[in-house]
Amino acid sequence: MSAPVDTAIAQHADQHAADQRTADQRTAGLAPAGRTADQRGAPAAVELHGLGLRYGDGPPVLDGLDLSIAEGEFVAVLGASGCGKSSLLNVLAGLTAPTAGWVDVPVDGAALMFQDSALLPWLTAQRNVELALRLAGVPRAERGPRARRLLDTVHLGRAYDRKPHELSGGMRQRVALARALAQDRRLLLMDEPFAALDAITRDLLHDELHAVWRATGSTIVFVTHNVREAIRLAGRIVVLSSDPGRIAEIRTVTDGLRADPARAEALATELTETLRKEQKKHDSAPR
Amino acid sequence: MTALLDDRPARGASAPSDAGAPAPAPARPTARNRRARDLTRRALPPTAALLVLLSVWQLASWASPVRDDLFPGPVDVAAVLPRLIADGTLAAAVGTSLGRGLSGFLIALVVATPAALLLAHTPWLRRAVGPFISALQVLPSVAWVPAAIIVFGLTDATIYAVILLGAIPSIINGLLAGIDLIPAQYRSLSRVLGARRLQHIALIELPAALPGYAAGLRQGWAFSWRSLMAAELIAVGGSLGLGVGSLLQRGRDLADLPLVILVVLVILAIGAAVELALFAPWERRLLADRGLKRTEDAA
Repeated sequence: MSAPVDTAIAQHADQHAADQRTADQRTAGLAPAGRTADQRGAPAAVELHGLGLRYGDGPPVLDGLDLSIAEGEFVAVLGASGCGKSSLLNVLAGLTAPTAGWVDVPVDGAALMFQDSALLPWLTAQRNVELALRLAGVPRAERGPRARRLLDTVHLGRAYDRKPHELSGGMRQRVALARALAQDRRLLLMDEPFAALDAITRDLLHDELHAVWRATGSTIVFVTHNVREAIRLAGRIVVLSSDPGRIAEIRTVTDGLRADPARAEALATELTETLRKEQKKHDSAPR
Repeated sequence: MTALLDDRPARGASAPSDAGAPAPAPARPTARNRRARDLTRRALPPTAALLVLLSVWQLASWASPVRDDLFPGPVDVAAVLPRLIADGTLAAAVGTSLGRGLSGFLIALVVATPAALLLAHTPWLRRAVGPFISALQVLPSVAWVPAAIIVFGLTDATIYAVILLGAIPSIINGLLAGIDLIPAQYRSLSRVLGARRLQHIALIELPAALPGYAAGLRQGWAFSWRSLMAAELIAVGGSLGLGVGSLLQRGRDLADLPLVILVVLVILAIGAAVELALFAPWERRLLADRGLKRTEDAA
């Protein structure tokens, strides 16, 4: 899965000689020596260096992104709509090639959870999860039990044989989460997965996602435009500016802050204000 | 194709109990009743419509000043039937034509499916050949009959050539349309899940394109059947067996209008039977699998 990123980097990174050198390392499957560690002291799972993206001759969507995400970290990427959050995720997933800089993701690629579940409508919940297992090379005999176990993990024990259209929005996202977990990758990318859900369902899924994260220890990059969701879930919040998408600020969220309603609310107000400014800028920007 | 569809059965029954939480079985005792009711609901409207049509036709025939042999009513037409059945002509003709139509359709299916996949995955080839395939679909396949007779003579090869030239383009176009309509997200999903190209085609692309493919196949069948009738009507004699289309030609030679009308009705009936027995249930199931419905099935 990381192959498209590699090739793309090899094709596009000629903009800077320095980038080219790093890209060659990357293409050869070698991580740059001496990976930077973040504040938690773990090795980096994801690194962006001067990452830029533009579609065709259009204006840059992402520009000069530098970021290091530690293994096991839960990072929220927060931004106004249209700021390039999803584009960033697509680059990390290897679906879109960056046009500048380089990106270092785990060699085995990333699991990606789409905004609208993207379940295959003709397959049951279990078959949807089994598909991911099958494509990951899991032997046929193991797929059924493992898919059912994964569905149990997301509390869908009674929906194995239901088709997506027979499931509620929250249940569909649970199946999508189970499918992402079936990929068994160290890096899980989530593209506003709970945006279309009602508040109560979202609340439940936040808890379940946190439980899954603690249990698996995977690295999660969670894209959202919802400030409170970001504060609730993430250890770090990366705020993206609009036009082009640049890192405007990075906030650390401790469990202490999360547990203190007054401080959490203050942070939420602050971040909302930042987002509002960015959104205004985005809306009035000449296109 | 059916293998791709057969995702539902088996395994289902035992699964819920594995979770230790058996799903409450939906109330089933009315299932048979419901099926009977469904059948009535589906069969009644066309039957009623047919009866009305036949009555109007009979009344018009009686009331008309035109000679009976030039404006026969349903009763006159039906009177031909026992003779055709008794001497075995009808069964033989229907057998020959159905055999040709279905086997021609199957050959078209086998040729058109990989061709459509190749076109869908080779943009330059599709740009090059696509317009000609669409043009072929517009060309009435009866136009091929003279050429086919010149090349193949009065043999079954002529019949099959005309069927294939009619059915293949429409099946190719149907599958291409089905593939074009697949949400772009499925391609992303395939890549994220690490599917290789063949896996993507077999596990995601083809099942996702099935509704469009089904529409293409149904049209392909219609084209096969029409082409066959045209070919049988024109190409008579030689080593060719007697088909329904040839029966039509015999009726014309004998100036036997009731026979001609009866054969037309038989051709219609076979078309409807294949539609009702094969395509409608298949399409209904495809749509149900995706949580969709045909408008006629709406409550």
